[in-house]
Amino acid sequence: MELLISLYEALPVWLQILVKIVAIVAPLMVLVAYYTYAERKVIGYMQVRLGPNRVGPKGWLQPIADAVKLMFKEILIPTGADKTLFLIAPLLSIGPALAAWAVFPFDAELVLADINAGLLYILALTSLGVYGVIIAGWASNSKYAFLGSIRSAAQIVSYEIAMGFALVGVLVAAGSLNLGEIVKAQQGGVLHWFWLPLLPLFVIYFISGVAETNRAPFDVAEGESEIVAGFHVDYSGMAFAVFFLGEYANMILVSALTALMFLGGWLSPFQGTFMEPWFDWVPGIAWLAVKTFVFMFLYLWFRATFPRYRYDQIMRLGWKVFIPITIVWIVVVGAMQVYDIGWGFDQGGAR
Amino acid sequence: MKAVIHYIRSLFLLELFKGMSVTGRYLFKKKFTLNYPEQKAPVSPRFRGLHAQRRYPNGEERCIACKLCEAVCPANAITIEAEPRADGSRRTTRYEIDLFKCIFCGFCEESCPVDAIVETRVYEYCFEDFERAENAHIMTKEKLLAMGDKYEAQIAADRAAQAKYR
Repeated sequence: MELLISLYEALPVWLQILVKIVAIVAPLMVLVAYYTYAERKVIGYMQVRLGPNRVGPKGWLQPIADAVKLMFKEILIPTGADKTLFLIAPLLSIGPALAAWAVFPFDAELVLADINAGLLYILALTSLGVYGVIIAGWASNSKYAFLGSIRSAAQIVSYEIAMGFALVGVLVAAGSLNLGEIVKAQQGGVLHWFWLPLLPLFVIYFISGVAETNRAPFDVAEGESEIVAGFHVDYSGMAFAVFFLGEYANMILVSALTALMFLGGWLSPFQGTFMEPWFDWVPGIAWLAVKTFVFMFLYLWFRATFPRYRYDQIMRLGWKVFIPITIVWIVVVGAMQVYDIGWGFDQGGAR
Repeated sequence: MKAVIHYIRSLFLLELFKGMSVTGRYLFKKKFTLNYPEQKAPVSPRFRGLHAQRRYPNGEERCIACKLCEAVCPANAITIEAEPRADGSRRTTRYEIDLFKCIFCGFCEESCPVDAIVETRVYEYCFEDFERAENAHIMTKEKLLAMGDKYEAQIAADRAAQAKYR
């Protein structure tokens, strides 16, 4: 261990940064691969099927087989397509999904870039993802891809607002834009986490997150039955795989952020109860992982349960339901903060 | 009042939770999937699969070339040519079933007065080597008799089990 640390410190700075990036991205990619496997298994089980079970024991090697298949497939570029934009679009879609993890605190000390405006950075990057979709639809030069990208862009932009307002509530409650500070403000056990005082914002944030990542039941952008696969119809091979990775990385990101901002991130759920010392040995990152997995599972559960929303219903939900509720609740949170009602948001916060 | 109740119900996502509870329960239900090559679905003794021609216990072929099956076949899949054999008995010289035409209705089996042509339980077959074996889809007399020899025990057991219903 000592040797490893001294070896690491001997590296030039740019290599140190590279090591840090790999340390975050590599596990994330493995998680994405096995998330697709979990998705097929969970949805299969909910439909009383078995799901993939042929490649390797219980199908564990299925994602690897899929990856190998996609790598060896040809990347087709349509004749009418804008070649440069066509190839840039997948990168624009996966880039923000990975870059957002830079400010993500995995534990009290475990964060790549502990910047002050972490929340703002994350909001900015999750919004950038929409450019990948728009450019992909435009560059394909196909009406279906373009329709899909227009739908998706309008949807992402609409839900961005509700999402942003929900985060304003968190911001008011925590009194900080730093993600680590937001978690620290939730200290003191399950009832002190923000999910309870900010319950409507919590629900709205996660549902907006589902809409934001274009997942069922808000997946009109793909709509297999109507516009084939939406903005990425014309993509094949690795170009498609990159979109796919981006989508799943985004899902994991939204799940992790929900866990971070409403379920106390790396904090133990037994804090403040007599059981706290029993679980002292559990590292904070394990709690974070468990909470994240809950939301990742919800994504799959939603997909197995709900039929796709009609487009006008999506817009109605976003503009006429979520935005008013979030605005009202921001006022409520503000009042709670000013008059010191409720759960004492200022515990350990940087107010 | 009704509208208010509706608003409350939709605001608290009641129906959505109901739906999720259903799928949540199904997550733990016993699965219906059969792992096909390892597990197989039960097959009825009346199953109408690939054809076979049977023999009598002494090894003599049953078919007497009465051509009832050829006549009854709705898909005209059966072709029979026959002439008297050296010992004077009437036998087929050619008996072919075109599996591309056959609709597996089982009329040939029903019409047969000597239970010669039967349909077996065999449903896993394919025609390999199309380029080389040109008429892979034609069940010739040799193939039919070979099928009959191979599956005679099963065929006889199935006929015996179904005898009282026919």
